[in-house]
Amino acid sequence: MRTLYYILQKEFTQIFRNKSMLPVIFVMPLVQMLILVFAATNELRQVDLAIVDFDNSASSRKLTTEITGNPFFIVRQNLSSTKDAEDLLMRNKIDLALVIPRNFDKDLTLSKRADVQILVDAINGMAAQLSLGYLSNVIGNYSQKILVKTGKLEPGLMKSIEIKPTYWFNPQLNFKYYMAPGILVVLITVIGVLLGGMNLVREKELGTIEQINVTPIKKWQFIAGKLLPFLAIGLFDLAFGLLVARLAFNIPIRGSMPLLFGMGSIYLVLVLSLGLFISTISDTVQQATFVTFFMLIVFILMSGLFTPVESMPDWAQKLDYANPLYYFVKIMRSIILKGSNFTDIFNEFAALSVFAISMFGLAIFRYRKTS
Amino acid sequence: MSRFLAFLRKEFYHIFRDPRTLIILFGIPIAQLMLFGYVMTNEVRNVKVAIVDHSKDDLSKRLSQQLLSSGFFQLAAIPSSENDYESLFRSGTVKEIIVFEPEFAIHLMKEGKANIQVIADASEPNAAQLTVNYTTAIVNNFVKNELMKNQPLPGINIKVRMLFNENMRDAYNFIPGLIAVILMLISAMMTAITIAREKEMGTMEILLASPLKPIQIILGKVVPYMILSIISALAVLGLGMLVFEVPVIGSFALLLAEILLYIFLALTLGILISTFVDSQLTAMAISGFVLMLPSILLSGFIFPIKNMPIPLQILANLMPPRWFIEINRTVMLKGGGLNEIWPNTLVLMGMSALFIFISIRKFKIRLQ
Repeated sequence: MRTLYYILQKEFTQIFRNKSMLPVIFVMPLVQMLILVFAATNELRQVDLAIVDFDNSASSRKLTTEITGNPFFIVRQNLSSTKDAEDLLMRNKIDLALVIPRNFDKDLTLSKRADVQILVDAINGMAAQLSLGYLSNVIGNYSQKILVKTGKLEPGLMKSIEIKPTYWFNPQLNFKYYMAPGILVVLITVIGVLLGGMNLVREKELGTIEQINVTPIKKWQFIAGKLLPFLAIGLFDLAFGLLVARLAFNIPIRGSMPLLFGMGSIYLVLVLSLGLFISTISDTVQQATFVTFFMLIVFILMSGLFTPVESMPDWAQKLDYANPLYYFVKIMRSIILKGSNFTDIFNEFAALSVFAISMFGLAIFRYRKTS
Repeated sequence: MSRFLAFLRKEFYHIFRDPRTLIILFGIPIAQLMLFGYVMTNEVRNVKVAIVDHSKDDLSKRLSQQLLSSGFFQLAAIPSSENDYESLFRSGTVKEIIVFEPEFAIHLMKEGKANIQVIADASEPNAAQLTVNYTTAIVNNFVKNELMKNQPLPGINIKVRMLFNENMRDAYNFIPGLIAVILMLISAMMTAITIAREKEMGTMEILLASPLKPIQIILGKVVPYMILSIISALAVLGLGMLVFEVPVIGSFALLLAEILLYIFLALTLGILISTFVDSQLTAMAISGFVLMLPSILLSGFIFPIKNMPIPLQILANLMPPRWFIEINRTVMLKGGGLNEIWPNTLVLMGMSALFIFISIRKFKIRLQ
């Protein structure tokens, strides 16, 4: 035990003497939380829209006012042809164009039915669908309003099913609530895998590892000595990141903090062991970073951080069973946003624990005191 | 010239003898292409739902059937009481709960109106919104086809035309962006690292002391990555066109010219970074933070720039990929020409000129 204590003392001294360490510990979480969470958003801020009004009637103008009155839409009006609208779409100036055809007013008063056309820049399907949804809603409400006002809705004939949506856990559909826990996972993963891994491979590159190898320090003591300081730093950054999320985005934290940090510790042991394992099989810092970099990209993109795992093909969902980030992203979102308790996330906990123990064992096993 | 060729050969050996460099050069582009092509999609599919039918009449059963056979939903639970809802969400068993009110069919037939309550797990806000939208669309279709027997509904009818990407294929969005990200990785990051490596190992001094001119040294470092970048760009573009069926509607020659301009820009950026750093690790850290993250997140590749807060939009404007991705999309998918993209082209040219200027000012031929 005393040996471990001395190793820990050495590691901490080494970490804090390194001047580039403090910015990494304090600045990286801030920058990541503030920039990435704000940047990674699918929430629409505004929709740029052009209106081509061929009818120029009371009804069409009223519809136009209805849309311009909505702060969500930035409207360019008075285009004289559909061609102009298509040109604006081509030059990335607008997202949508609404074309109100001639006879809109007449059709609406006489046959109670009129057409409008919406042109959508559909390259980004997600954004296209969401902005189209907003505009359709505005037009639908307007349509409903006229029909009711003119008494054209005959209850006997019409049948309708009304859908009442309720959004639980995030009624305002705030995208930052969704992103922040995920970005936090990326943050502590990078800290764990990179810092932990790099530290050991640096000793190799500098040759100082030989000096340790000739001492009576046991393999597990050495690995534990490399692991514990970064576990502490990782947990500190998890807390720091949560604090930033709480202050900057006012994210609700519904679940239990001890549970969150317990899971965080298991996860950190896993990623740190992974980093150490990579560095035991690499000889230089560069090799280790390249391998880590590649793995992280695959892990992050498959974790469900950006796109839902359920939508992925079957084989990818199966592969995700071996992806630590997949479990921890799910755990973080569940505990923070939904207040999940231990039984709710037991499966993920079990998977992470098995991974953590086997990875730690593997790292100790692969570390050779003989060269 | 032969001296230069020999130097070039040395550089190629350097690249091809290190398997881990090859991972970055070929593994990452292939993995990204696979992931974005087959794995990552914002579409909502196979959503796990629970259906609570308080009415259990003919209509509600038919509608439930319709919802479940649509392919969007998967029945995952049948909760017996409202108290179960929360734990179903908390454990992630279901993402949406659809509740039919009691006497659903009777309300619908007598009053012409019935209610369905939809509760969505909004801890994933976009997925929740899309799921609710799909549910609404299926229910509306049911009303139109089964209840109204297709008679025309009064009101404003919206006809939608999806331009540039009629079938809303994800590939149309990501292939142009992926070219920008991969080129940034290969051209800028690898150039920066390889020059930093010569500095760190001390071999840069040997090179500087050799009869090779500085410009030859730089060119020798840059040319292999330029060739690899061009191959990589053509490969991604080719796969995009053949496998993912992404069209190039505009001029192919213009697209190639823009790709070359962007590769040139990325290489100058790589050289610029290498003049500032002395070690591979710093070069990698800077490339990672200054190049990779922004070119993925601040470029409009995944997340539209216009949704970001203003300070980040300004920051995004400083990122070369942001301008290049727009060029790619406009030329490939919208069939635009120089007429539409000249401002972007000018920005890319201006950035390269600036990077070259600073690099020349910073490049030291003398040893410390």
